[in-house]
Amino acid sequence: MNTLEIKNLNVSIDGQAILKDFSLTIPKGEVHALMGPNGTGKSTLAKVIAGHEDYTVESGEVLLDGVNILGGEPDDIAKAGLFLAFQYPLEIPGVSIANFIRAARQARLPEGEDINAVEYYKELYAKMDALKMDRKFTARSLNEGFSGGEKKRCEILQMSMLDPKYCIMDETDSGLDIDALRIVSEGVNLMRSEERGFLVITHYQRLLDYIVPDVVHVMFDGRIVHSGDAELAKELESKGYDWVKEEFVGAPA
Amino acid sequence: MSDTDIQDEAIKVDTEKGNFKYPENYEFDAGVGLTEDTIKYISDVKNDDEWVREFRLKALEVFKKKPMPTNWADKDLENIDFDKIRYYLSKGQVPARSWDDVPDDVKETFERLGIPEQERKFLAGVEAQFDSEASYSRMKEDLEKEGVIFVGSTEGLAKYPEIFRPYFGKVIPTADNKFSALNSATFSGGSFIYVPKGVKLKQPLQAYFRINAENFGQFERTLIIADEDSEITYMEGCTAPKFETATLHSAVVELVALKNAKIQYITVQNWSSNVFNLVTKRGMADEGAEVKWIDCNIGSRLTMKYPGVVLKGKGARGEVLSIALANDGQHQDTGAKMMHLADNTTSNIISKSISIGKGRSTYRGQVHMPKHLKNCKNNTECDALLINTNSRTDTYPAITTRGENNTVQHEASVSKVSAEQIFYMMQRGLSEGEAMSLAVNGFVNDLMKAFPMEYSVELKRLIDMEMEGSVG
Ligand SMILES: Nc1ncnc2c1ncn2[C@@H]1O[C@H](COP(=O)(O)OP(=O)(O)OP(=O)(O)O)[C@@H](O)[C@H]1O
Ligand SMILES: [Mg+2]
Repeated sequence: MNTLEIKNLNVSIDGQAILKDFSLTIPKGEVHALMGPNGTGKSTLAKVIAGHEDYTVESGEVLLDGVNILGGEPDDIAKAGLFLAFQYPLEIPGVSIANFIRAARQARLPEGEDINAVEYYKELYAKMDALKMDRKFTARSLNEGFSGGEKKRCEILQMSMLDPKYCIMDETDSGLDIDALRIVSEGVNLMRSEERGFLVITHYQRLLDYIVPDVVHVMFDGRIVHSGDAELAKELESKGYDWVKEEFVGAPA
Repeated sequence: MSDTDIQDEAIKVDTEKGNFKYPENYEFDAGVGLTEDTIKYISDVKNDDEWVREFRLKALEVFKKKPMPTNWADKDLENIDFDKIRYYLSKGQVPARSWDDVPDDVKETFERLGIPEQERKFLAGVEAQFDSEASYSRMKEDLEKEGVIFVGSTEGLAKYPEIFRPYFGKVIPTADNKFSALNSATFSGGSFIYVPKGVKLKQPLQAYFRINAENFGQFERTLIIADEDSEITYMEGCTAPKFETATLHSAVVELVALKNAKIQYITVQNWSSNVFNLVTKRGMADEGAEVKWIDCNIGSRLTMKYPGVVLKGKGARGEVLSIALANDGQHQDTGAKMMHLADNTTSNIISKSISIGKGRSTYRGQVHMPKHLKNCKNNTECDALLINTNSRTDTYPAITTRGENNTVQHEASVSKVSAEQIFYMMQRGLSEGEAMSLAVNGFVNDLMKAFPMEYSVELKRLIDMEMEGSVG
């Protein structure tokens, strides 16, 4: 029950199959890394789970703690406990970070209950300090004019403020400089707990040096073709994907 | 202080889009249709002076002769059937000075709209108009002692003709357009305000215009005169219940800012989607004076409104800050007019429009700056936000003549709220309505900072309700 379970998921867009019988189970308390060549469907997987409506789900299930969330509205899925750190975070002009996160927190409260502004800002500032974000950022429009790295830090800030049960991080490391990579990873490591599961999508081993995964999966052509422990990522780093591809193509259908 | 902190301090108003009504029960009713007899009935009920009677009847002639502004306006105007409208409805002639003396249904209406509470919290005076006449009108006593006059149009013309008559119909002549003529014939209610020399009102005066009856036309008339070195902020709010049939709201508002005076006129308009809102608003600014319109148009079926400032004296300043929100089936045709008539005059226009679904917004600007003038400046900014691909927006800025020593600056932008932005916000747990509402609030945010706090709170709430309602 305490898992995010993706079962035989088939997804297409404009008639073209992208996820092909994709299955993966992430128990709470674990960090799973998902790697794989460009265009294999990693971001598609993340967005389908989060309820994006552009994709056609042909079949399959996504069970969040045993409840199917597939086909639900994005806000309901979010409130059920799923957080997606976007590969390309969107800019929302005129909406400050502080007001945005506050609205998202407010949306989680029962009707008639209000956020305590003092406590909220205390928590927000503490978390920004931990991510080494300038407090002045609270007043800036969400992601507008942010550098690539600032956007990613802001995703992690939102993730920690919204206290999700399952976090999907889509290439959070891309765009981060070496210091930022360490700081963001520390932020994620602080969130690791028995109460939370992670799916970390990345192309690079260096992120996994900081956020050490329990399991590493290699995705190719819409499905997982290989799984292993943290060592697998190192192997991929040195050898590339070709051997996985060969293994996959060579395998009997 | 952040916007949400401000929101915490909001006066809780049960607006519910103002969509509720009470049974009709009127002492005075001019019947359906518009003839000389209708006008005479109104004059009789009001016991108008002879010159006012003549003014009305002459205006009726002008109204009949004037064509609809069809050369550029929305074709929907042709759907107004002037023979089916009721031009005067009231429960009595004298507004109460205490809410206890206001008829129960009217009092409840304004309580639901939060007016008495706002009055206690931050207003210097309130007038509450229900259909054709004010049911309640009161101003703080100390202002009365200072010589401030705050009355309805009938009382203003009858009791203080020496103050109001010289300016009445001068900033906006009867023949300005078909609807100013209609108002000049049928006007009832509205506010007549005089602020004596040097008197600076610290709190706003407010009028609230409520339409309760179906097939009705509301024609309030407002004239504000700020004498030399005085200052006043006036706020108006409007709502009506949703009817099946068309309702007409056609006001005339004239502002006169004498030397070095300042007038700020704020509108929060939240008409239901059956209201034709065709309003003429213009201010005159003498030497060193300032007229500022803050105009927010939410709702209505068709709004045509272009607040203007005639910059008559040297160094006069004019400003129009407007926000228009056009939802499905609505057309907001709004803009601003700036007439520079003296040296060193400056004007500023910032217009933000939001179009949702099949909603349509149009900006029409007119800046007139004759060549012989020196050191005049105009800045015009119009930004449009489109939510949903069906939305439509048009911008028609017109700048007529400008001398070498004058500067005119014009910027326009169109942006969209994308499906990806909505998805991003919903992924954080916001409903679709909340997400759109945030995007809209973000779009108008920098403009709202220029508004008085109570007003931006109210506006934010109206936008939230409108966006919630626009999600299918
Ligand atoms: N909205 C869309 N319309 C058309 N094709 C799409 C759409 N979204 C994804 N695709 C296609 O689906 C395939 C998988 O894309 P996806 O973004 O999931 O890959 P990815 O594994 O995240 O790649 P990367 O490592 O480059 O981020 C690609 O071929 C992509 O072009
Ligand atoms: Mg991707």
